[in-house]
Amino acid sequence: MPRIEVDANRCKACYLCVSACPKKCLGKSKTISKKGYFPAVMERPEDCIGCTMCYMMCPDVAISVIKE
Amino acid sequence: MTIIAKKPQSLTDIPMHYCPGCGHGIVHRLMAETFDELNIAGRVIGVAPVGCAVFADDYFACDMVQGAHGRGPAIATGIKRSKPQAIVFSYQGDGDLASIGMAEIVHAAVRSENITIIFINNAIYGMTGGQMAPTTLVGQVATTAPKGRDPKLQGWPINMCEMLSQITGAKYLERVAVDTAQHVMAAKKAIKKAFENQVKGVGFSMVEVISQCPTNWHASVEQALEFVRTQMMPQYPLGVFKDEGAK
Amino acid sequence: MTEKTLRKGNEALAEGAIRAGARFFAGYPITPQNEVPEYMSAYMADAGGAFVQAESEVAAINMVYGAAATGTRSMTSSSSPGISLKQEGITYLASADLPCLIVNVMRGGPGLGSIGGAQGDYFQATRGGGNGDYRVIVLAPNSVEELGNFPKLGFELAEKYRMPCMILADGILGQMMESMAFHFDPIDPRALGKLDWAVDIEKNGRPKRKVFSYKGDNLIADVTERAKRYGLIEKTETRWEERDCEDCDVLLVAYGLSSRACLEAIQKAKEEGLKVGLFRPITLWPFPAQRLAKLATRAKAVLAVEQSLGQMVQDVKLAINGQTPVYLNAYPAGGQPDGNSILTAVKSCLNGGKEGLFDLQEHAEGFAYECKRDLSLGVQGDCKGGK
Repeated sequence: MPRIEVDANRCKACYLCVSACPKKCLGKSKTISKKGYFPAVMERPEDCIGCTMCYMMCPDVAISVIKE
Repeated sequence: MTIIAKKPQSLTDIPMHYCPGCGHGIVHRLMAETFDELNIAGRVIGVAPVGCAVFADDYFACDMVQGAHGRGPAIATGIKRSKPQAIVFSYQGDGDLASIGMAEIVHAAVRSENITIIFINNAIYGMTGGQMAPTTLVGQVATTAPKGRDPKLQGWPINMCEMLSQITGAKYLERVAVDTAQHVMAAKKAIKKAFENQVKGVGFSMVEVISQCPTNWHASVEQALEFVRTQMMPQYPLGVFKDEGAK
Repeated sequence: MTEKTLRKGNEALAEGAIRAGARFFAGYPITPQNEVPEYMSAYMADAGGAFVQAESEVAAINMVYGAAATGTRSMTSSSSPGISLKQEGITYLASADLPCLIVNVMRGGPGLGSIGGAQGDYFQATRGGGNGDYRVIVLAPNSVEELGNFPKLGFELAEKYRMPCMILADGILGQMMESMAFHFDPIDPRALGKLDWAVDIEKNGRPKRKVFSYKGDNLIADVTERAKRYGLIEKTETRWEERDCEDCDVLLVAYGLSSRACLEAIQKAKEEGLKVGLFRPITLWPFPAQRLAKLATRAKAVLAVEQSLGQMVQDVKLAINGQTPVYLNAYPAGGQPDGNSILTAVKSCLNGGKEGLFDLQEHAEGFAYECKRDLSLGVQGDCKGGK
């Protein structure tokens, strides 16, 4: 099953990934990061299809996509 | 466990300083992926500009040179002519490339220097705080065009791909955008081609990337993407303007 | 190696540079230095190097910036107005600690000026020229032979201290022909060791290298650290030539072509029983101040001879610091000194006369000047947004 990892220390909360996700799996974190942002988080991991659209749009290279 | 996508090796671990939603980071990543995929990382020498990407020399893992505003193509020429085996790129913004560095970019194309130019066009001066760029759209507000760009006073935006396509020495010119995943994939293809051309010795290759600048457009990220689609693309149509790579 | 040949100054310089291992040259046409890029275009490729005729002086110096960053012995040449354009690149080269050779075959100025030889760019050369706090090593040849041999010295100093080095010649020196010899065997730069800071393609696992100008928060540390090299250069790299300096009443100070006319003046003075010596700075920065100060204590007067309104004379005064009176014999904007006119000035130094001595304020004595706006000529009018 595919999953993603968001590096909260790189994420600047532009949410380009959130709107890019075709399955709308991603959302905004409720906790503030060290950088002072509410980073993107995976909200519905079960729906992730590993399409890498989020990775593709992330300007901060904060997302890794992994297939188990 | 297989990693399908992660930060390419040709980028360092230093977090980028660009504003949230800025297109620079996407383009940096596409370039770094290209270096990894073409197996040229060890040969790449980059030229960082003056402008928002002045710190690009921190982000690329290759050897980097940072020089004066607009002079990237001249600096890249000096590097390439001294180290013909190097894969040399000059990374430039619109003020840098289309205003102060107009002579340098045109003549690098005239000489068909075998280098790769990555041109970020966001229609504004970013680092200095939102002044009018040569590519600023008609009516677009900038800090030095407070009533919007007025062609009567400031002329019309300049289309670099179209202009350079008139030059025999320019061998590959393509305009891409990074507003959607589909466009990012197309941008990757173009960037990869521009570097492949250099490996093959094709000559002057440039990719113009229409990029978003939410900060200086005073827009949310969503609004900025909308601006790219509805305002920028009509003025700057995407596509290939020249491709003589195969000839 | 030391075989004498008859060569034109600019060509001796170009050949000397190739022999000294220059393998990248970028330039733009400007008189009176055109023989340098012309020579390079003919011979650089054969030597295994690259010649680029740039679109402008600005582009040329930035090409040198790029080539120098790879550790290649790189150079450009130009003449006064072109050197003004290169100042952007020169300050960047200085800030990025890049060695290179810049040749200024000076012509009359300011502005477009003339194409004749002059020495009006002393300030520009020795005071940095571009923005910020930096120095450039400046070598001043006074013969075709020195023009041919200084590129080697220039590259060596530039690389040793990681900074630009300038050869400050002038139009006459560049254009004249003299018998000359190269005093070194041609250098094959391929056999030179690599520089440990240059960007390169054979990285072999070493950490990435950056050549950069932007120092941001580290600027103070960067500039003060670099200043240590400047201090060391002032202490160890001054070069000069002395002629009859130990026992003279009037000590002439002149560099470049002016110093040749001074030799004629010394000869004429000798015939008239006057004791005149010549101190010729070869490095203009670092200026050989210490030695000049020592010699000046033994003279009755010091006379700076230069083809400008008085630029080097400021360094002479700083060096001598009031111990001995300093006078100026000036030939601005392409004027040429000769033995007789210098001798006239020498005599004025000794007898309290004024002939041949130049002082800006005395020069303006009795002179009044006013440029005023005059309504009787009409009014300037509104510019209405310029269009």
